[in-house]
Amino acid sequence: MNLDKVINVAKKEWDDLYSGKTPLILIGAATCGKSAGAIKIMKIISKETKERNIECNIMEVGCIGLCYAEPLICIKKANKPLIFYGNITPEKAIELVNSYLENDEPLPEYALGTIGEKTLKGIPKLYETPVLEHQVRRVLNNCGIINPTEINHYFANNGYQGLIKALKQKPEDIIDEVKESGIRGRGGAGFPTWRKWQFCRDAKANEKYLVCNADEGDPGAFMNRSLLEGDPHSLIEGMVISAYAIGANTGYIYCRAEYPLALERLALAIEQAEKLNLLGDNILGSGFDFKIKVKEGAGAFVCGEETALIASIEGERGMPRPRPPFPAVSGLWGKPTIINNVETLVSISRIFQNDAKWFTQYGSDKSKGTKTFALVGQIKRTGLIEVPLGTTLETIIYKIGGGVFEDKEFKAVQTGGPSGGCVPKELLNIPVDYDSLAEVGTIMGSGGLVVMDENTCMVDVARYFIDFAQKESCGKCVPCRLGNKQMFEILDDITKGKGKEQDIDMLEKIGKSVKATSLCGLGQTSPNPVLTTIRYFRDEYEAHINKECPAKVCKGLISFKIDPDKCTGCHICFKVCPTGAIIGNAKENHLIIQEKCIQCGVCYESCPDKFSAINVFSGRS
Amino acid sequence: MEKEIESVFSNFKGKSQELIQLLQKVQEDFGYLSDEAILNVAKFISVPKSKVYSVATFYAQFRFSPIGKKHIMLCRGTACHVKGAPRILDEIENQLKITNGETSEDGEYSLESVACIGACSLAPCIMINNEVQANLTPDKIKKLFSKK
Repeated sequence: MNLDKVINVAKKEWDDLYSGKTPLILIGAATCGKSAGAIKIMKIISKETKERNIECNIMEVGCIGLCYAEPLICIKKANKPLIFYGNITPEKAIELVNSYLENDEPLPEYALGTIGEKTLKGIPKLYETPVLEHQVRRVLNNCGIINPTEINHYFANNGYQGLIKALKQKPEDIIDEVKESGIRGRGGAGFPTWRKWQFCRDAKANEKYLVCNADEGDPGAFMNRSLLEGDPHSLIEGMVISAYAIGANTGYIYCRAEYPLALERLALAIEQAEKLNLLGDNILGSGFDFKIKVKEGAGAFVCGEETALIASIEGERGMPRPRPPFPAVSGLWGKPTIINNVETLVSISRIFQNDAKWFTQYGSDKSKGTKTFALVGQIKRTGLIEVPLGTTLETIIYKIGGGVFEDKEFKAVQTGGPSGGCVPKELLNIPVDYDSLAEVGTIMGSGGLVVMDENTCMVDVARYFIDFAQKESCGKCVPCRLGNKQMFEILDDITKGKGKEQDIDMLEKIGKSVKATSLCGLGQTSPNPVLTTIRYFRDEYEAHINKECPAKVCKGLISFKIDPDKCTGCHICFKVCPTGAIIGNAKENHLIIQEKCIQCGVCYESCPDKFSAINVFSGRS
Repeated sequence: MEKEIESVFSNFKGKSQELIQLLQKVQEDFGYLSDEAILNVAKFISVPKSKVYSVATFYAQFRFSPIGKKHIMLCRGTACHVKGAPRILDEIENQLKITNGETSEDGEYSLESVACIGACSLAPCIMINNEVQANLTPDKIKKLFSKK
């Protein structure tokens, strides 16, 4: 049939592209790559190769996940492995054109590693380097390798094979396969995907809906964005399979408006899939109809909650409602609705491209498969990573991430965004899976991992998250609306040096009640950052109440002082101080009048490195 | 305005479930939601104006006053926060003499803090008219805005 022809052409195109004589240059041009300057690099390479009459194919790809090394390019020449080059500057780009494209010198000093069977002297294999050695890329396998705007590239990499296979099976068999894979929802709570589907399959209704939650509201997370930008067809394939299993004919992708590139790529991918009858009526002759519509989220964290998301799609205020009835029974416009996260649905396409057993090769007992994480914060190698569930936090932070930025002391890692908690150093050996994280008071969440170092104040972090939660609370139920606000006020006081001894107990008390009595997931989890920081960093709270901020972050609890032995009277700080708190004549020692100082830190930053005469101290004295 | 707004409506059916997309489209074309635009939307989908306001004010995306030529979105995500976003905010406010949520008098700049722009590995960052400025320091902010 027609599609077979398309796929064969696609495979040939792919082989020609990757193994042909013409050199291929890949440029990581997802949002992060672009921000780091990828487009500029691409223009330079394109100009340089044209000027020298070097024939080559230049291709924009998604994110390979090595964010710390952006901008990133890869070069594939005939009979050579694919070489990854990181931190490319315009000068390095020109040098590479000169020496590798024009001549045959691959410049190992700029290379991160190679992918492919062959090896090159002086360049390690990328999957043997620390950053990738512990990773297993299954969900992300196409990201950064294929051109996300070409459906043919997806076809050439096993794309839509899962759908073709699934459409030949009965919906019940698909649910069984998903059950066998053991996959649990990748959006946060970790509910078994098959069970949710089964509820919906069993519900009797003339219309059912499938919704993909691509709102990714967690600050500090960008896994879904990278997937949508780098491999949008994987999501579409997963959605069609899951819609077929539950019996839905309409699907929605609820994607945040802050992701313009992801929205653009999705729209294009849907159009391409429709043209080839991978979406639409009677998909591939199976008799199954399915359409996908994209809805832009309007910026409300609470819409990560299923029932609030449904209200938002209906054009209402995104407020949750009590459950039951669960959306799988009564959801969008009162019809049975399944809401799955982007990563869950992409994993579904992988399960069917392979099989359930393949999926269970990795993972721990109750948490199967691999999981993507956004590894960010005070870490050397930030990035988008994918590891088998059950990998320890230590491996992720020290091996993959290379340890704490500037070799500072590790303090905590925050998982699960505003719904999660902070895990201290002593617990770094716990495996990352749904149950182990729950045991220590946090959650897996959608996969944000924010590393914090000795200069991060845990009380300030707790205040930050509660501030977020109280602003995002929809206001419908009292515990969340008032409880989060109350916790915020207490924490705000503590960070300003107005804390009272009973505050810590009060925070715990309010936190526990908010968790126990809130209507939806937002309130049921929002106290986690406060409760875990109290549990593991109580001493920092106590220090704040005693008017000290050990991390020297909270403005009301620190002081800046000028070291008279180092100050040369260069007068810079004097000029920048917004309150006129610094006194002293040029070429003489300067002094900060503490009563006038607002601890803005401008003087500290302006003091030239060669003097470093201004120091920060904990406490206001 | 009437005519322009009608052209916005031409792609919609006038159902109440289209409300959020309608507002998004109006904001995209006009930069913000004026009282007049809200009234027109309400008439178009046959709901009270109060209903349109109740939805519009719920979502962080919607604005009710014009934005500057250069709209700055400051990321307040966790990664940006631990990497110094509060100082970046201070410095932008200091340089542009506007506070979070305001537009400068000459209409050149507006400043808004957003939950997360998803470029966490480049923290702290801001977005100016859809272009991300990465790995910021107060010094870089000074250079970025001091030409003003």
